[in-house]
Amino acid sequence: DTSLAEVNSFSPSVPISPSSMINQYKFEDEPELRDLFITVDDPESHITAIETFITYRVVTKTSRGEFDSSEYEVRRRYQDFLWLKTKLEEAHPTLIIPPLPEKFIMKGMVERFSDEFIETRRKALHKFLNRIADHPTLTFNEDFKIFLTAQAWELSSHKKQGPGLLSRMGQTVRAVASSVRGGVKNRPEMFTEMNDYMETFSQKINVLDKIAHRIYKEEREYFNEMKEYGPIHTLWSASEEDIADSLKGVASSIDKCCKATEKRMAGLSENLLPILHEYVLYSEILMGVLKRRDQIQGELDSKVDALANRKTEKDQFSEEIGKLEDKVECANNALKADWDRWKRNMQCDMRSAFTNVAENNLRYYEE
Amino acid sequence: VLSFRAVESQSEAQCAPVDSLWRRYSEFELLRNYLSVTYPHIVVPPLPEKRADFVWHKLSADNMDPDFVERRRIGLENFLLRVASHPVLCQDKIFYSFLTQEGGWKEMVNETGFQLKADSRLKALNATFRVKNPDKRFTELKHYSDELQSVISHLLRVRARVADRLYGVYKVHGNYGRVFSEWSAIEKEMGDGLQSAGHHMDVYAASIDDILEEEEHYADQLKEYLFYAEALRAVCRKHELMQYDLEMAAQDLTSKKQQCEELATGTVRTFSLKGMTSKLFGQETPEQREAKIKVLEEQIQEGEEQLKSKNLEGRDFVKSAWADIERFKEQKNHDLKEALISYAVMQISMCKKGIQVWTNAKECFSKM
Repeated sequence: DTSLAEVNSFSPSVPISPSSMINQYKFEDEPELRDLFITVDDPESHITAIETFITYRVVTKTSRGEFDSSEYEVRRRYQDFLWLKTKLEEAHPTLIIPPLPEKFIMKGMVERFSDEFIETRRKALHKFLNRIADHPTLTFNEDFKIFLTAQAWELSSHKKQGPGLLSRMGQTVRAVASSVRGGVKNRPEMFTEMNDYMETFSQKINVLDKIAHRIYKEEREYFNEMKEYGPIHTLWSASEEDIADSLKGVASSIDKCCKATEKRMAGLSENLLPILHEYVLYSEILMGVLKRRDQIQGELDSKVDALANRKTEKDQFSEEIGKLEDKVECANNALKADWDRWKRNMQCDMRSAFTNVAENNLRYYEE
Repeated sequence: VLSFRAVESQSEAQCAPVDSLWRRYSEFELLRNYLSVTYPHIVVPPLPEKRADFVWHKLSADNMDPDFVERRRIGLENFLLRVASHPVLCQDKIFYSFLTQEGGWKEMVNETGFQLKADSRLKALNATFRVKNPDKRFTELKHYSDELQSVISHLLRVRARVADRLYGVYKVHGNYGRVFSEWSAIEKEMGDGLQSAGHHMDVYAASIDDILEEEEHYADQLKEYLFYAEALRAVCRKHELMQYDLEMAAQDLTSKKQQCEELATGTVRTFSLKGMTSKLFGQETPEQREAKIKVLEEQIQEGEEQLKSKNLEGRDFVKSAWADIERFKEQKNHDLKEALISYAVMQISMCKKGIQVWTNAKECFSKM
């Protein structure tokens, strides 16, 4: 049943029972049992009186019963992706929501709508939706389904519903307030370990990102010089008789090396660079998730402290505290499970990314 | 101040083997100048560069750098071997004493008076000495030597830049090692794979130093022929000047003969100031005219003999020069082919090393 009525009654603070999650994530991680396929392609430029923007085509193929049809094709712009991410974060504050590509690129002279920029963004958006589709919990999220299936006007009207701006602001204020108070002092050991891990990981992944970009740059400079190197030998061969063939041979070999270098560079920019960049963003997201968990804990802790000070209104408080305790437990469990999943995926991604780099280099040297 | 030991190895000259002695770079220069002047028709082997040129920036351009000094030593040794294996040059006594005589060699060279034979016009610009009937073969050879010089120097410059960039690619990979190691400290399952992969990245980064050091030898081989092009050009130039002198002498002779004829017959075919003034202010006496004719006839006689010997000299020069040029061509083709082959071998070896390192790295990564 995919009626909008369900969406109206959906409230971000309804806890999801841990047991249902465990059932879901075991089989979702196996690709053969996938039942939702998404592609993001075909960027198109739209020019209106006020602005210019790009939309991307999002094609969904599915065998799931909850979907009315087995195929959907919609057009979405970056704003829409941003909306989806926000909704997912609201619904699942301690789940690891995949990163979106950045709004702007500060470094470099990349024009806002250069082909390279659009292609990089398209690939990242494709990754973003697929990561959600692979996630045992997020894949069943209603807003996600609407994102994939609704026509443009349907999506706009749906966006306007749900908790208004003011109530969302109120949530943020409360969150900030409770974060000031802590949530750190009663933090379970496991999450302190996660925090420490993430701090180091974040450092290292940022450095790796820089190193990989530097290697790409050096390879490009090498390629530029090599382009000039081969033709000199051809020029020389024109003045020679006996050694003309040898010189031409060297020239053609150098040109082959050039082509191999180009392939190697392409391999870097298609595989390693996007992955490292994604994990740079992931490390920020994870720090955010850990903070949010602390905030939820903080809410509980502050209520418990308040109770300790006020002997009256005990019953009302204990009901609230009971709810908060549940909330904290769910948040912790959600995060723990998602953390394990994230780590496994990270390991897998890094392994395949670096193995791919090694293979590219092997191919380069063999050629 | 650097001195080099010249140790005589296999020489074609028959002599008693002598112990080694010390020579400065300037003495090598003196030897070469002497040989160039004494054997103008020979393509004299070049000396290695005085200063480090065409260096890629990681290699020191400092003349005192031990690597540069070593390469220069090899270059000078090579120069002596080239001279020793040359059929004509190896017989030269000054060359022999360079290898054997400790003291007084410099004085000995200067005593030969070779500096007087040196043609200062060799340094002058082309246009000043235009030859009317250039020898086509020498003109073509001069063009070739110019082209060779230009193409090799361009090649060396780009090669240095390519080496620079290649160095950069390899060395940045070295950064992986440290980060992988630090990252592996917080990982449980990935730790070992990362750590060992990092080690291989360090090996990869370090391997470029030897690779580029070897390439310098290739660059030196090309440099020798860059400088040989200069020697080739010098022979062409000397021929040109010889030809020019010949033409000037022939021209001078012709004009003297004409003057003689005019005086004898009394007709003035060519304008001369003397002729005009004598017309205006009265003619010479017959005795004066007779005296002039006699002087001219002597000069013509001398001139004709000189021209004959110059022609002979020219023909000899051309003959022996072309013999040496043919020898040089064969040597050049052989050496350059060998050099190109060794360069290819170097590249293959570099790729093999790369394959080994990345195979190892891949194994480590796949175990992560």
